[in-house]
This record gives sequence, structure tokens and C-alpha cells, in this order.
Amino acid sequence: MSEFFAQFAVPHPSTLIYIAMASIVLGSIALVAIVTYFKLWGYLWREWITTVDHKKIGIMYLITALVMLFRGGVDAVMMRLQLAVPDNGFLDAQHYNEVFTTHGVVMILFMAMPFITFFFNFLVPLQIGARDVAFPRLNNLAFWLFFMGMGLFNISFIVGGSPDAGWTSYFPLADNEFSTSVGTNYYMLALQIAGLGTLMTGINFITTIMKMRAPGMTLFKMPMFTWSALIANLIIVFAFPVLTVALAMGTMDRLWDTKFFAIGDGGMDMLWANLFWVWGHPEVYILILPAFGIFSEVISTFARRNLYGYTSMVWSMILISVFSFAVWTHHFFTMGQGAFTNSIFSITTMAIAIPTGVKIFNWLFTLYKGKIVVTTPMLYALHFIPLFTLGGVTGVMLAMSAADYQYHNTMFLVAHFHNVIIPGVVYAMLAGLTFYWPKMFGFMLNERLGKATVWVMSIGFVLSFIPMYITGLDGQARRMYTYSDAAGFSTLNMVSFVGAGIMSVSFLMLVWNIWYSFKNSPRDIGSDPWDARGLEWATHTPIPHYNFAITPDVTDATSEAFWDSKKNGVKLFKGEIKDIHMPNNSGQTFILSVFFFIGGFALVFSMFTLAIISLIGILACMGYRSLEDDHGYHIHKEEVELIEKKYEKEGGAK
Amino acid sequence: MGKVNNNVPLEYSTEENNLKIFGFWTFLGAEIMLFGTLFASYFVLEGRTGNGPTGAEIFEIGPVLAETFILLASSFTIGLAIHAMRLGSKKATLSFMGITLFLGAAFISVEIYEFVHYVHVGAGITTSAFTSALLTTLGTHGLHVTFGLFWGIFIMIQIAKRGLNAVTAGKTFVFSLYWHFLDVVWIFIFSFIYLKGMM
Ligand code: HEM
Ligand SMILES: [Cu+2]
Repeated sequence: MSEFFAQFAVPHPSTLIYIAMASIVLGSIALVAIVTYFKLWGYLWREWITTVDHKKIGIMYLITALVMLFRGGVDAVMMRLQLAVPDNGFLDAQHYNEVFTTHGVVMILFMAMPFITFFFNFLVPLQIGARDVAFPRLNNLAFWLFFMGMGLFNISFIVGGSPDAGWTSYFPLADNEFSTSVGTNYYMLALQIAGLGTLMTGINFITTIMKMRAPGMTLFKMPMFTWSALIANLIIVFAFPVLTVALAMGTMDRLWDTKFFAIGDGGMDMLWANLFWVWGHPEVYILILPAFGIFSEVISTFARRNLYGYTSMVWSMILISVFSFAVWTHHFFTMGQGAFTNSIFSITTMAIAIPTGVKIFNWLFTLYKGKIVVTTPMLYALHFIPLFTLGGVTGVMLAMSAADYQYHNTMFLVAHFHNVIIPGVVYAMLAGLTFYWPKMFGFMLNERLGKATVWVMSIGFVLSFIPMYITGLDGQARRMYTYSDAAGFSTLNMVSFVGAGIMSVSFLMLVWNIWYSFKNSPRDIGSDPWDARGLEWATHTPIPHYNFAITPDVTDATSEAFWDSKKNGVKLFKGEIKDIHMPNNSGQTFILSVFFFIGGFALVFSMFTLAIISLIGILACMGYRSLEDDHGYHIHKEEVELIEKKYEKEGGAK
Repeated sequence: MGKVNNNVPLEYSTEENNLKIFGFWTFLGAEIMLFGTLFASYFVLEGRTGNGPTGAEIFEIGPVLAETFILLASSFTIGLAIHAMRLGSKKATLSFMGITLFLGAAFISVEIYEFVHYVHVGAGITTSAFTSALLTTLGTHGLHVTFGLFWGIFIMIQIAKRGLNAVTAGKTFVFSLYWHFLDVVWIFIFSFIYLKGMM
């Protein structure tokens, strides 16, 4: 009995972990108590857990992303605190390993991914004038699988121990011999389950965009964000199966002693590195392209003109998506693959800078010819351009394979990729969040607080990451938990810590802004508070669950259909209101995901009986679904008319 | 459900089915990447046999040929099932699907025999990188076929109960795509794993 429980114990406990455990347990009890006290279980189940409405699923992704931003952020501050002074004893080597591993995984896979998926969900159907996604129930399943994967990963640090082999989980480091806790099992299985959800999202959105566009919307009339979503989802469908296979092999190596990546018996650790980055490099473009899409929407709206070079924007994204599969070995230039291979991948890597540059210039031309209105979303975009360009330049420096021997695996690399991923992805997500907030919740975020947040964030960012370029070139290695004063990194690392502190303040300001605006912002803002351009603004606020009472027709409009209707009187809603067919909610998908969670947990601890039971559960759910006959329901014409009348009475543009 | 169009085959007659068929093709794109990755890994690890046997030492042409013929035949019969479906014959559709699934089960039986043989001659999944990659690649294909057996049975139940309508026709058609795909994958396994390994 005690042996059974001993396997769940954390192998490297510390006071911090105990505090975290206690607060998580207390927090959960409080949450359950609140939900029970206010009798919210039924509401949660009916309105959220089982929902097939793309807008609500989107908001669940958003909440997940924000919570994970907090978790990853705490990890980040802990790392900067540890490195703030030389010979610091706040974290030991093992804990530092665990913290940077979780930080990396959480930020890329459980923060940035759900954030872009939130935008796919919330925006794409509205931008193409559709009622929902192609497979609403699959969409719900995709969310819950993603969520269960995230949950599994996050419990690792209180049950069994966190992974500690880096977010790249390189073998042989990740093998049982060197990663002795179950942490890496968690990594393999949690990413597998979440990845399944992501693959479903990819298939769903490709189908939605290819097949469900409003009449008249040709491919080259799609809004820029929808284009970026289409391409990102195509990359998902082609890249994620590679990760699936790599993770399966890694899991088998750890649980069943197969020899894929083993030392000896023919195993090959470099195979992992290759497979990981064949997925991993395209993955960074899965994140950055939708971010570019958001910036394009924001910049054209607040430069008050249409995007410069629409067609070249699209083609540059297509080129980037193709190139992104041809550069992966730049992640291991120094691991002995020979000068020829290095040269090829050096050149392909640099080639990506060209289409990326095209996009930057298009944004600059849009701004140059426009009448700029500096709102909070626009301020994010204005900060993004110079900061991201700096990150791009240092990226090209890293791409020079001969020079990479100098700064490979130093803080220089860390500075580079944060320099693209924070101003690129995080700023875009926050810009988009601020921009679409009124569409989601019916009130604006405070503009003064918002702009102050952007400035504080940028100051924190520069203080935090620019010093790392310097210490990196001086030889400060990444993933080292401490250094001696004699190395001479002390002052710059202290600056970096202060910067990280300032960045945290900016995130607190964001949270405060949400609360403050919730309390104080006016609610009668209509449905188009920014004087925006895309079809997503052509519906009411809050958005009725059928999105558009009449399917828009954009034959006479451009990619900025709503703008055309406002300025040139293009008629979008022709014809009359008809019955609307809607899909039913379903709880099966949630139950299925719970089986995945239990199965994943069981495999982490090699409890194979339990794993088989959950497999049977999974198959039973699928069999049940196969035989089920569910035709959805109709909202009748009269009801739609009634809802529409109510909106008209309350005002709001249409 | 959307509009029903009577000028196209039953499986394409509703908007919902069109979406599902398109979505399934996209899924097959992902499956190509999945098997592509498995093949690539296999080729990398093929010669890395450690102290274990090589492919030439363990492959047996007999069972492999049997598997190939059985699976090719099943691809033909699922084609006939779709043909029967388009002609509107419920009975013939069910019969051909039944034969297809029977052949699938025969394939799996031979494959199980094959795996037992490998373990018997000292080529278990943990023996070497080569055997890990071999058995994982074959096993992934085999699991797909096994999954297809259950899926096919569930579709047959529905056709038997509800007849051929847009919903069951769509499901049968998607299933046939899946089955053909597994056959194509097998052709690759046959040529690039067995034939190449035996030469
Ligand atoms: C102009 C564009 C870019 C270039 C030329 C570039 C180049 C590179 C190179 C050469 C490396 C490997 C360095 C080494 O191992 O020493 C690297 C690493 C990395 N890059 Fe980029 N990159 C670019 C854009 C991006 C973007 C847009 C993102 C994310 C959204 C990103 C995220 C990363 C990450 C996370 C790593 C870390 C790899 C690790 O953990 O070893 N990069 N980049
Ligand atoms: Cu890369």
C-alpha cells in the first residue's frame, strides 16, 4: 500500500513545492466550494463544458492560455531570480532543470498554442461569414483533449515529479538512465494527448475555411487573419503527426525499453533531435503566422487604410510555410553533421528572412500611407515592428552555421528567440485580445491603462533580454543554474532580473485593467467601437449564437467587407431570414477526454491495467458515437426575427 | 442537414457529407505524414541491428505474400461494396463489406503469426533499434487495420438497421477511403521493408 503511494511522491521536494501543493489543494477546494455554493455545476455543464459554439470554445481556450501565461511567467521570474546574483542558492541544479523545462513547454504548447487557437475559434467563422466550424463537436473534443493534456502536464510537479530534460527533451538525456523520475513520461504523454487535440483543430479549420466561406468570398478575398489561420492549420496537419510518432517512440523507449533513441543496441539519439525539430521548427511558424495575421488586422484598422500589398502578404506566408519545413537542422549545427549539410540549412534558414522582410515592409508602407490612430492594439503593433526586426536580425546571425559555434546554447540564443516570440506572438495575442475584447464581452478595456501596459511591457522586455545578448556573446551558457562572480555576468544578470520584474508588473496591470474596465466601462458601445473593417464586426454585440441572421454575401465587397458596406454602401445581407440549423451540445466528448486523461496518467506510472480499462472506455465512447443519430435542431425564423428586433431596439450598428 | 442534391452519388448529396469527406481527405494527409515519419525512421534504423538479427535473416516470403494478396483482395471488395452502394443494393453492399472485413481479419491473423515468429527467432521489439522500428511500423499499420475492423462492423450494423441513406452512405464511403489508404501503405511496406530487406 505505502509502496503504491510512494510512486506518486515528488522525487525532489522543496519548501516551494510544498507551498505550491498546499495552495493548489486549497485553491481547488475553494473553487469547488464556490461553484457548489452558487449552484453553478449545471450551468457550467450545459453552457460551457458541453458547448459546441465556436465562440464559447474560443473563450475556454483563452482562459486556459491566460492561466498558463501566469504559470509560465512565475517559472520565468524564478529563473531570473536565481540568476540575479552569482552563486545563488534559491534553486538547486535539479530544480532549475525542472523550472526551465516546464517554462518552455508551458509557454510554447500550453500558452501560445491555445492563444492562437482561441483566435482561430473566435474569429475564423465570423470572418468568413459562417455559422460555426465544419465539425462543431470535434471542436469541443479538440479543446478537451488539449485541456486534458495540459492538465496532465501541470499535475506533474505535485504528483510524481516534473520533467527535467528541457523542452526539447533530447535523448539520451531524456532516457530512463539520466531522467529517472516519471517527469519525462508526463512530457511524452501530455504532449501526445494535447497534440491529438491540435491535429483535430487543424483538420477542422482547414475544412471550415475551404468549404464554408460566405458566397462571393474567393480565396483572395479572405481577411488576412483567416489566411494566416488557413496556412497555420495546414502546417499543423503536416507537422504534428511527426511529433506524434516521435513522442510514441520516446514513450516506448521509456516504458517498454525499445531501442529507438537508446545508447547501444543500434539506437540513435540524433533521430529524436531530427524528428523533434522537423515538427519544432514549423511549430514556431504555426505560432507566428496567426500573430502576423492579427497585426495585419490591427494595423490596417488603425492606419485607416487597407493593407498595403495584400497579395504579396499572402504569398509571403505561403513561402514561409514551405520553407519552415526545410530549415530544421539549424537547431543542431554544432552536433557534428558536417559542413555541407550545415551550409544548405544555413542558406534555407536565411531565405526565410526574405518573405518575412516583405511582410515588415508591407506593414511599414501601410503605416506610411495611413492616418495613424494610436490605440492600445496599435501601440502593441508599433512596438512589435522594431523589436521583432531586431530578433530577426539576430536570427540571421544564428543562421550562420560557422558563427553559431560561438553562441550556440548561450544566452544569445535565448535572447534571440524571446526577441521574436514575445514581440511577435505575445504582443500580437495581447493586441488581438484588446482589439476583440468589446466584441466578446460588450465593453472596452481602459485605453490609458492599456497604453501604459504596453510601455511598461516594452521597457521590461528590453531590460530583460538585451543584456542576454551581451552575456551570451561573452559565453554565459543557457540552462546553467548559476555562475561565479569572476565570470563578470553579475551586473547584466541583475538588470535582466529587474526587467523581468517590470514585465511582471505589466501583466498585473493587464489583469487590473480587465477588472477595472469590467467595473467601470460603459456598456452602450454598439457593435463597432473601433470603426473597424472586417466582416467579424458586421454582426451584433454580444454575438447571437447563430452569428449572422442572414448569411452575408460578399460578391461586391473586398477582403474588408464591413468597411465597404459602411463607406461604399455595399449591401452584405441580401435575402430574408430563414430557419437556422444548429448542432446539439454533447457531453460525450468530455467523457472521452477524461478517459484519455486517466489513460495518460496510468501510463505515466506504468499502471497498465488502468490504462487498458481507459482504452476500453475510449473505444466504447467511439462506438456509442458511431451508432448515435444526432441531427441537431432548428432555430425557427420567427425566433430569429424576434432576437434581431431586440438588438435593433437596443441600438448597435447593423 | 442542409440541402439534398439528387444529381450526385448519395454520399455527396448533403452539405454535411461533403464537409466530412473533405475533412477525411485532410486527415489522410496527416496519416501520410504519420506513416512517412515511420518509414523515414525505419530507413534510418534499418541497418542498426546491434546484436540482433538483420531483416534478411528473419523475413519469410510466404506469410508476407499471403498478407499482400489478402489485403489487395480486400481493397477490391471494398470497391465493389461502394459500387453496390451506388446501385442502391443494400444486400450486396453488406455482403461485400462483410467479405472485406473477413479478409481484414485474415490479414491480422497472418500478421499475428508473423509477429510470434519474429519473437520466436529472437527479434522482439526490444532487441535492437532495427526491430523496434520494424515492429512499430508494422504494428501501427496492423492497429489501423484492427481499428478498421471494428469501425466497419459498426457501419454494417447501421446499414442493416437503417438502410442506405445519406448518413450511412457517407460513412461507408469514408470507410472505403480509409481502407484503400491502408492498402497503399501496405504496398510501401511490402516493397520497401520486405522486398528491400530480403534482397
Ligand atoms: C528571421 C527569422 C528567424 C531565424 C533566421 C531564426 C533562426 C534560428 C536559429 C538558427 C536557431 C538555432 C540557434 C542555435 O541552436 O544556436 C533558432 C532557435 C530558436 N528559434 Fe528562431 N529564427 C527565426 C524566427 C523565429 C521565430 C519567429 C520564432 C518563434 C515564434 C523562433 C523561435 C525559436 C526558438 C524557440 C528557438 C530555440 C531553440 C532551442 O531551444 O534550442 N525563431 N532560431
Ligand atoms: Cu528552427
